[in-house]
Amino acid sequence: MLWEVFVRSKRGLSHTHVGSLHAADAHLALRNARDLYTRRQEGVSIWVVPAADIVASSPDEKDAFFDPAGDKVYRHPTFYDVPEGLTHL
Amino acid sequence: MSTATYAIRLGDDCLILGQRLCEWAARAPELEEDVALLNIALDQLGAARTLLTYGGSFDGRDEDTLAFLRDEREFTNALLMELDNGDFGRTMARQLLVAAYQLPLWEALSSSADETLAGIAGKAVKEVAYHLDHASSWVIRLGDGTHESHTRMQVGLDEVWPYAFELFEVDAVLEDLVRAGVAADPSVLEQAWLATVSGVVKEATLELPSSDWRPTGGRAGRHTETFGYLLAELQHVHRSHPGASW
Repeated sequence: MLWEVFVRSKRGLSHTHVGSLHAADAHLALRNARDLYTRRQEGVSIWVVPAADIVASSPDEKDAFFDPAGDKVYRHPTFYDVPEGLTHL
Repeated sequence: MSTATYAIRLGDDCLILGQRLCEWAARAPELEEDVALLNIALDQLGAARTLLTYGGSFDGRDEDTLAFLRDEREFTNALLMELDNGDFGRTMARQLLVAAYQLPLWEALSSSADETLAGIAGKAVKEVAYHLDHASSWVIRLGDGTHESHTRMQVGLDEVWPYAFELFEVDAVLEDLVRAGVAADPSVLEQAWLATVSGVVKEATLELPSSDWRPTGGRAGRHTETFGYLLAELQHVHRSHPGASW
């Protein structure tokens, strides 16, 4: 069974995907993750998630999903001029 | 027995077990387990280095001299540590017996009257807590698994079991060290060990072996037949190329 591994590198940061591994169940997956991905002090917390349970966007839908955001520059704060003299933004 | 002898005994235990575990490299049941076993081997090697460095410091021998230039009869590890790995079940049985001993050992030595030993033990205690978790998980999983895994787990446990009791042997001078608060009391360790092992064995639906055979001799340098091959692999590079470094 394939598991995806997420590691939080320190308190205050989010868990980040670091890789995957094989394990028979959650108990072993967590221990394998500890042995494979935190050997060099990479983490203070681990999540393991069955890879089959992750719902992912499809590469086929990439255009419809992501391209429309490409020409919407006004969605970025840098699009707007900051009035002079404004100090608390 | 001096503190030096005691430290070298404990260091030899860690060194030889670590070397045995290394034989699983690239041969474990799965890639993930390969790394897990080698992590444990490295923990043992790390403890061995500090213990041998300390033990050798009393008469001016460094860790390399002790690890690479002693012959079979000069090694004082318990026989349990050098036993052939056998199948994965037998290795896990040995790991369980060792970790259930080392955990109370390092806990007790954390408050040793000898400050150096206490420091070494304080670091090792967290490592071996994980070793015990790892071995217990596998013994329970295999023991309470299929007919095949249960049978092999029981065979492995039966084979290594008699060798565990050498760990709790006492001689007059070890008694002195215990009385001085330097060494851990073997009889106390044995009680803690038996309680831990019994609990895991029961949960694993296995039977505690009933054999009363008690092989011994490791502390006096009398080792099992395959120990020489282990030493040859451990020592040959250092002996073939004295002083080599990379």
